[in-house]
Amino acid sequence: MIQRTPIADALTYLLMVLGFILLIGPFLVILAGASQTLQQINSVPFHFLPQDRFLENASAAWSRANLGSAMINSFIMACFVTVGKVALSACTAFAIVFFRTPLKHFFFWIVFITLMLPLEVRVVPTYAVAADLFQPFRLLISALTGIEVSVEWNLLNSYAGLTLPLIATATGTFLYRQFFMTLPNELAEAARMDGSGPVRFFVDMLIPLSRTNMLALTTIMFVYGWNQYLWPLLMITDPAYKTTMMSLSALLPSENSLPDWNVTLAGSLIIMAPPLVVVAVLQRWFVRGLVATEK
Amino acid sequence: MEKRAVFKSWWLPILFALPQILLILLFFYWPAIAVMKWAFTLEPPFGGVAEFVGLTNFDEVFADPFYWNSVAVSLIFALCGTCFTMLVGLVLAIAVDRRLPGSGLFRFLYILPYAIAGPAAGMAFRFILSPERGLMASVNAAFPDFWNPAKYGAHALILVIVIFAWKWTGYTFIFLLAGLQSVPRSLTEAAAMDGAGPIRRAIDIQVPLLAPTLFFLLVIMMTEGFVGSDTFGIVHSTTGGGPNHGTEVMVFRIVDEAFKGLNYSGASAQSIVLIGLIMVFTFIQFRFIEKRVHYK
Repeated sequence: MIQRTPIADALTYLLMVLGFILLIGPFLVILAGASQTLQQINSVPFHFLPQDRFLENASAAWSRANLGSAMINSFIMACFVTVGKVALSACTAFAIVFFRTPLKHFFFWIVFITLMLPLEVRVVPTYAVAADLFQPFRLLISALTGIEVSVEWNLLNSYAGLTLPLIATATGTFLYRQFFMTLPNELAEAARMDGSGPVRFFVDMLIPLSRTNMLALTTIMFVYGWNQYLWPLLMITDPAYKTTMMSLSALLPSENSLPDWNVTLAGSLIIMAPPLVVVAVLQRWFVRGLVATEK
Repeated sequence: MEKRAVFKSWWLPILFALPQILLILLFFYWPAIAVMKWAFTLEPPFGGVAEFVGLTNFDEVFADPFYWNSVAVSLIFALCGTCFTMLVGLVLAIAVDRRLPGSGLFRFLYILPYAIAGPAAGMAFRFILSPERGLMASVNAAFPDFWNPAKYGAHALILVIVIFAWKWTGYTFIFLLAGLQSVPRSLTEAAAMDGAGPIRRAIDIQVPLLAPTLFFLLVIMMTEGFVGSDTFGIVHSTTGGGPNHGTEVMVFRIVDEAFKGLNYSGASAQSIVLIGLIMVFTFIQFRFIEKRVHYK
C-alpha cells in the first residue's frame, strides 16, 4: 500500500489477536484441561497452562468410551461417504454435461432439489426406508401387478445403512458439473476426432484433469462423513458399529462419580483430531471446495 | 452458458447417472413424498391403515404452545448465530485482507473450528462454560448464580449459540475474504491516493462491494441456523433441548416428537412448515443471485 498507517496496522493486529482468542482459545482450553489432573481441572480459577497428564487421560478416555472401534467405524464411514460421493457425482455430472439427451434437464433438477431438504427434516421416513429397503418396490409391484412380494432387507446396523442415505445428495454433482463446464469444447471434440468413445474420454481425460476438484470434494466429504451425528444415532444399536459421535456421551463424567472432565476433554480431542488434521493439512483444497460448492 | 454436448448416445448418460439417481429416489424422494403424505394423514406408529385427516395435524401442531416456543427459539438461535458469525467474520476478513506480515497464519487458524463437529464442540463447551468449573467458575464465585445454563433456559440458549458461532465464524470469514480479494486493488489504491484512510476505505468501498457476498451468507446462515445438521447436533449433545424447552429448536422438536413421542403425523406436519421456510429462503436467494454484480 502507498500509505504508512501505524495506528491502523496496530488496530489490525489487535483485531486479529482478538479473533485468535475467540476462535483458537477454546482449543487451548481443551488442550490445557485434557493434560491436567483431577484436582487441577476442578480448581477455580482455571489453569491455562498445559500439564503432563495428557497420555494418561487419553488412554482412560480411550478405554472408557471404547474409542478404538469407534474411530475405526467413523473412519470407514467417512471413507465410504467420500468415495461414494466422489464416484457417483463425477458420473452424474458427466452424463449431464457431455451428452445431448432429453433427460439432461430432468437429471439436473432431480439432483438439484435434493439440496433443499436436509436429512433432519425427512429423517423419519428415511429411517423407515432404511429399516425396510424393499418397501417402495413392494408397494410399486403390488400397485402395478397386484402381486404381493414378501422380500425384506433392512440396513440397520450396517455400513451400507450408515452411508448410503448420506451419499444421496447433490453437493458433489454440482462441483463436478461446474468443473466440466469450464473445460473447452475442443477437448471433447478432439477426443472424438481421435476416435475414442465417451467412456475412454471420461476415464483417460476427465478423471485425470479433475484431480484438484476431486481433492477438494474429498476433503469436504471426509469432514462431513466423520462429523455425522443424528443418522448414526438412529441407524446403529449394536455397539460394534458405534461411531465416535455416538461415543461422546460415554465420555461425560456420570452424575455420582468423580468430575473427571480432564478425561472427557482428552477424549473429545481424540475425536476432533482426524477432521482437524484434514482441514489443517489440506486447507487449500478444503477452502477451494467450500467456496466452489456454494456458488 | 450451455455447453454443446458432443456425444450422441441415449443409453450411456442414463447408465452413468443411474446409480446416483436411484439412491436419490430411494433415500430422498420416497421419504420426501412420505412426509407429504404423513402430514395429511393419521399414521399409526405400529403399522395399519393411514386415514386422511386433512389439516387436522397442522391444527394440532399450531395449537401446541411448545411448538410456538420452538419457533421462537429457532428464530433467536438463527438470528443471533447469523449476526455474530457475519459481523466477526467481516471484521476479521477486513483485517486479514490488509496483508500485514503474519496475516497468513491467522487466516490458516481461523478456519480450524469449522472442522469440528457440533456435538464434539458441544461436549467440550459443557466444560469450558460450565457454572462450577472452567472459565465461568470465577465469575460465579464472585456473583453466585450469575451463569447457570443447567437452570436457566436463556443461559442455555446463549451457550448453544456460542458453540454454533464458534464453529461457523471461520466459514463466513472464508467467503468474505474471498469476496474482498476480488475487489480490484486499483480501487482501494485510488482511494488511498485521495487520502482515504484504511477505516474509511473499509466502510466506503469494501463493505458496499461485498454486498452480494453478505446477502448470500445471510441466507446460507439463516438456513443453517434453522435446519443445519449442526443445529440439531449441538442442541442434542449440549442441552438436550432443556432446561424447560429453553433450547428446543424446531429440528430438535421434530426428531423428538417422531422418535420419542412416536407422533409421525405431528412430526411430518412440522417438517412441512420447515420445508416451506427453506423454499422461501432458497427462492429469495435465487431471485437475488440472478442480479448479483460481478466486478471484473
